[in-house]
Amino acid sequence: MSQGAVAQAARLPATARRRARRRAAWRRRGLVLLLMSPWLAGFSIFFGYPLVMSAYLSLTHYDLLSAPQWRGFANYHYLFHDDPQFWPGVRNTLWFIGIAVPLQVAFAFGIALMLARAKRGLGFFRTVFYLPALAPPVAATLGFVYLLNPANGPVNIILGHLGIDGPLWFQSPGWAKPSLALLQIWGVGNAMVIFLAAVLDVPQHLYESAELDGAGPLRRLRWVTLPTISPVILFSIVLGVIQGLQYFTQAYVAANIAAGQASQAGDTINNLGYPQDSTLFYPVLLYQAAFVNNFMGYACALAMVLLVVAFAVTSIILWNSRRWVHYTGSAR
Amino acid sequence: MRRVTGSLLAALVLGAVLAAAITMGSAHAGARSAKKTTLTVWVGWSARELRVFKSVVADYAKQHRDLNIKVVGSINDTKITNAIRSGNAPDVVSSFTSGMVGVFCGKGAWIDLKPFLSKDHVDLSQFPKTSLYYTQFKGKRCALPLLADSYGLYYNKTLFKKAGISRPPRTFSELTADAKKLTQRDSSGKIKVIGYDPYWGFYSGNFADMTNYAPLFGAQYYDGKGKAALASRFAWSKLLRWQKNLMDWYGYSNVVRFNAGAGDEFSASNAFEVGKVAMMMDGEWRVAFIKAEHPNLNYGTAPMPVDDAHKNLYGAGSVNGTIIGLPKGGHNVDQAWELVRWLTTNDHALAKFSNGIRNVPSTRSSGRSKELKPDPRFATFVRIFNNPHSATAPITAAGAAPGTLIGRFTVKWQAGKVKNLHKGLVTVDKQVDKVNAQAGGGVP
Repeated sequence: MSQGAVAQAARLPATARRRARRRAAWRRRGLVLLLMSPWLAGFSIFFGYPLVMSAYLSLTHYDLLSAPQWRGFANYHYLFHDDPQFWPGVRNTLWFIGIAVPLQVAFAFGIALMLARAKRGLGFFRTVFYLPALAPPVAATLGFVYLLNPANGPVNIILGHLGIDGPLWFQSPGWAKPSLALLQIWGVGNAMVIFLAAVLDVPQHLYESAELDGAGPLRRLRWVTLPTISPVILFSIVLGVIQGLQYFTQAYVAANIAAGQASQAGDTINNLGYPQDSTLFYPVLLYQAAFVNNFMGYACALAMVLLVVAFAVTSIILWNSRRWVHYTGSAR
Repeated sequence: MRRVTGSLLAALVLGAVLAAAITMGSAHAGARSAKKTTLTVWVGWSARELRVFKSVVADYAKQHRDLNIKVVGSINDTKITNAIRSGNAPDVVSSFTSGMVGVFCGKGAWIDLKPFLSKDHVDLSQFPKTSLYYTQFKGKRCALPLLADSYGLYYNKTLFKKAGISRPPRTFSELTADAKKLTQRDSSGKIKVIGYDPYWGFYSGNFADMTNYAPLFGAQYYDGKGKAALASRFAWSKLLRWQKNLMDWYGYSNVVRFNAGAGDEFSASNAFEVGKVAMMMDGEWRVAFIKAEHPNLNYGTAPMPVDDAHKNLYGAGSVNGTIIGLPKGGHNVDQAWELVRWLTTNDHALAKFSNGIRNVPSTRSSGRSKELKPDPRFATFVRIFNNPHSATAPITAAGAAPGTLIGRFTVKWQAGKVKNLHKGLVTVDKQVDKVNAQAGGGVP
């Protein structure tokens, strides 16, 4: 505001001044709204509207082809009490989050630690470990199903030469999830790069101080490296858990290929979850409900439950992280 | 001057006539091209079979110069549903999944053909009863059969001769005995050649919902009230016990390992075609696949064996087929109907198509057509199709969902994870009834 305008404003009566301030405030709000409008529009159209519609459709019987019919909480009742595949889907997803995600974080961190200590060939090894992350999930899964084929896959052939009768891998309900976890660990390139950057960023003087105090490599790792990179660990865990809750593509492809049964058009048979529901993760169950059985209303109920669980799990992790995540500087 | 004026007038008249002629000609041509209607037809066939279908459609197009018919192959039910939902449906749709007719007809996704059938006086008695059943839902006919499928036994004659077996089995106890004789293992006990693969989920013959075995045991999925009846019908537990006994004889892990190494079903490395499976239940289309991929394979076809206690069922089999109809939202409904009518009722079209992909002709008269190329191995399936005991899977509003639940149980059963078969089947019955209720339709 220029000096003249200030002087003019000072001359105005109090009510007029208030009105002018209010107008200016509205103009500011309008400007903020205008600047935010692209994001607001995107959020409303692509997130808000689908969310509200999903919540509504979860209370209906909707088959994609005819108008939704109001059902109240019948879908939720079917979900918790009658659907024999709901709890297996939940258990599989929890297994993945509880076992595959920590393994993924541990491997990414371990590789990053090794690479941080490498004296030569850092660029080469970094590329080698990162490359799998570039493989499209479908192609990577196809490759793993081929490699781990119990009859003629290279892995079991090599194990056979060593006198070991290899497992049935994707054909066995006991081994299918570990096989998928193996695939997940193989593709930890993205997390590895982030961990490597974090490990290399740990101030050297902290290690030197710890060393002067007599700390060995394990103590330095425990008391220097881990606390310093704890925000990155938190990031990896949250990302891994969210990806685990949405785990679909690899499970879908592995089940269909390993089942080895397909019609010419590809959809007369439902192989999802093969073998014996062991790869029926929650998002696969949701897909089956929506697009195999045409129970879109029920699929929306499944989606709403997933939303609540994802929100709760992420909140718990973030709340719990206060105890073990250390931020350098004042920002938290 | 008068001569000049006359010549000028004559030139003007000539020019006007020429211009009019040119204009009229181009206008006529324009009208002709503007009238040409494009019909889009979606089908599930691909590769060789799609080429045959296109050649059949080309015959129709030759008679209808005003049509430009575009055939799109490799279509599945999800694509059909999505197209109808989005309002971008083609003019004609077809599906391999006759079990989906409950969804397509029941929800109005495919339009009711009754007015068209009445208008053109189409005689429905030309279609066999089973085909009429799987092309309607609760009396609403939204589809017609376009060739049909029946399931029978394929057996490798060379392996039969080696094992000293003179004829294909006719009962399940004979099948078991022959399967054991035909099986070859390596020194470690792993299966090299399997006599008969009973695994639920192995190729199209062994759908885990047991559909293809139901007519062989006289088994019914539902009782008279439309309630699931797997526990109360003794035939199901008999079938499951037979299957489990044979699985146990091979060893579950051995069969799983063998299946993992068996080639892709719809490829030249199909395990029966390469001699790794001695007997197999499959559809009639395999005759054409073998001819194209392994013409020197020495094999025969026969009806599937039946339950020892129901020998009268011998000759029957599981039956289903491709369904074709008009989707909601299609643009050129009348022309599309004419094409559907021709494809499903014209003897020449059905015989040519049947010769090409070796599917069963779906009308009585086309089954007798002189255009049909005789082939004793294919004729087996035509007889199975026409057997009065042959049956198809029940149509429900829930589409694939009941089959998924039944299949979920059978794969656990064969893996030895079900301790009490009857209790397990009671649970499956409850699950099937609940999913049918969930679909809001039930069983007609």
